[in-house]
Amino acid sequence: MIELENVSKEFKSKSGIVKAVNQVNIQVNKGEIHGVIGYSGAGKSTLIRCVNLLEQPTEGKVFINGVELTSLPLPKLRETRNKIGMIFQGFNLLKTATVYDNIAIPLKLLGYNKAQVKKRVDQYLEIVGLTDKHTNYPNQLSGGQKQRVAIARALAQEPEVLLSDEATSALDPETTDSILDLLLKINRELGITILLITHEMNVIQKICDHVYVMENGEIVEQNTAINLFTNPTHPTTKKFLNTISQRNLSTSLISQLTVTGAVTRLTFVGESTGKPLLAEVSQKFNVQPNILTANIIELKNGIVGNIVVHLIGDKDQVKNAIHYLDSQGVATEELEGQSHE
Amino acid sequence: MSRIDQFIEQWLPIIGESVVQTFQMVGISLFFSVLIGIPLGILIVLTRPGQALENKFIYQITNLIINIVRSVPFIILLFFIIPFTRLIVGTTIGVQGVIVPLVIYTAPYIARLMESALLEVENGVIEAYTAMGISTRAIIWNVLLREARPSIVLGLTISTVSLIGATAMAGMVGAGGLGDLAYRFGHLRYEVDVMYATVVILIILVQSIQSIGNRIAANIKKD
Repeated sequence: MIELENVSKEFKSKSGIVKAVNQVNIQVNKGEIHGVIGYSGAGKSTLIRCVNLLEQPTEGKVFINGVELTSLPLPKLRETRNKIGMIFQGFNLLKTATVYDNIAIPLKLLGYNKAQVKKRVDQYLEIVGLTDKHTNYPNQLSGGQKQRVAIARALAQEPEVLLSDEATSALDPETTDSILDLLLKINRELGITILLITHEMNVIQKICDHVYVMENGEIVEQNTAINLFTNPTHPTTKKFLNTISQRNLSTSLISQLTVTGAVTRLTFVGESTGKPLLAEVSQKFNVQPNILTANIIELKNGIVGNIVVHLIGDKDQVKNAIHYLDSQGVATEELEGQSHE
Repeated sequence: MSRIDQFIEQWLPIIGESVVQTFQMVGISLFFSVLIGIPLGILIVLTRPGQALENKFIYQITNLIINIVRSVPFIILLFFIIPFTRLIVGTTIGVQGVIVPLVIYTAPYIARLMESALLEVENGVIEAYTAMGISTRAIIWNVLLREARPSIVLGLTISTVSLIGATAMAGMVGAGGLGDLAYRFGHLRYEVDVMYATVVILIILVQSIQSIGNRIAANIKKD
């Protein structure tokens, strides 16, 4: 549905050429939600703006539904853009127009007649739950309500694809959740494919099927959400995971603990979440597990459990215990303390 | 009491005539200034770097012309462009003769005020409409001008007030008006009462225009 092929974007600045996006490949299948996460300045915004050519890529190709956007002349590009909805961090509504008009004006400009416009505005205001606000002006609404209007405006054109440029970044956590629920709903019920960018891991956690981690204009790691949460490999990915669950213990604490055993992170996913494995370990081996931190992360497509455990016992027994856990489908990672050199 | 009656009887027709002349000058030249100034303002916004119709050459030339015209004080402009005025309207005196310099004086001013009004419109909204596949022309009308309306109204109000000020100098070419009345009778002939009356009328005029402008702007602003 959305396909980026070796997309790069360069900007000329006083200090030379800046590569904001560097050889990025993304493929989002119909009906999926993919998320790009990165710190500010990673190039995410430029990347998503390359998808609908708000930013013309310097290199590479962009396909939407098999049509190569990068080769279309402007009138054709405009037609295709009708099928790509976009929502923004700053909502970007007309301040001088009512909620109704904010959705109706683009439809009128795109050539729909009055009856069609009214039908669509009513329909999509209902979907976003703002039917009673149609005569209000944006300044009379809360941030979450403004984003709902923006979503209704995007949906009213019945797009196949929705691009979300940090749509929840200006909202408080509770409102963020309600907007994410709305995005999930339109993905499920209307089958709209979504590509979003964010710097918040909980956005990824809640609604994404697939994740790309972006840094310095490049995708440094990508995987399905479950695999990424289970087996993060890039340091930046790990840092992001730390923002939703305390994954790291201080190296000095780990050093103290490794005297009496091993400090191991166990990641449970799928079936292994249901088994009382730590109890089994303490029975089978002469090892006493002491849980240091534990949490469970609910992803869109499954649950990932995370335990950092201090396995107390002699070296061989601990080693065997870890092997056993491995064989039971638990991802294990031994944490190391300070190196004494 | 009779003195006031006498004053009114003697001066009302003359003051009335001057008010009409001022209104004529302001009305007609405002009309043409808006006609030139607003598109000019849109032009310098759209051709500036990073905008929809980016064009360095047009942008800088337009900018330069606006700055040059705005550097010349009205009283000098009035005489400086006499040949041009004669070419356009065939005369350089009377209300007709003063319209051309008033327009040339006011249009660039309106263009500058338009520019700042349009630049206030958030780029994000324009971007959102571009992303929806809406044409640049439709965006200019339905987003840019629509969202800038409150600031445009305030800008036009300011231009109107400054236009009234400029018409005071129109007396130099025999166009009449309130300013001319105050100068000729009030200053040159020591009819101080006339000067006071004119000043009061001007104050009321400017006051009302500003209030009306503020009210309209607040009304469309919806904040």
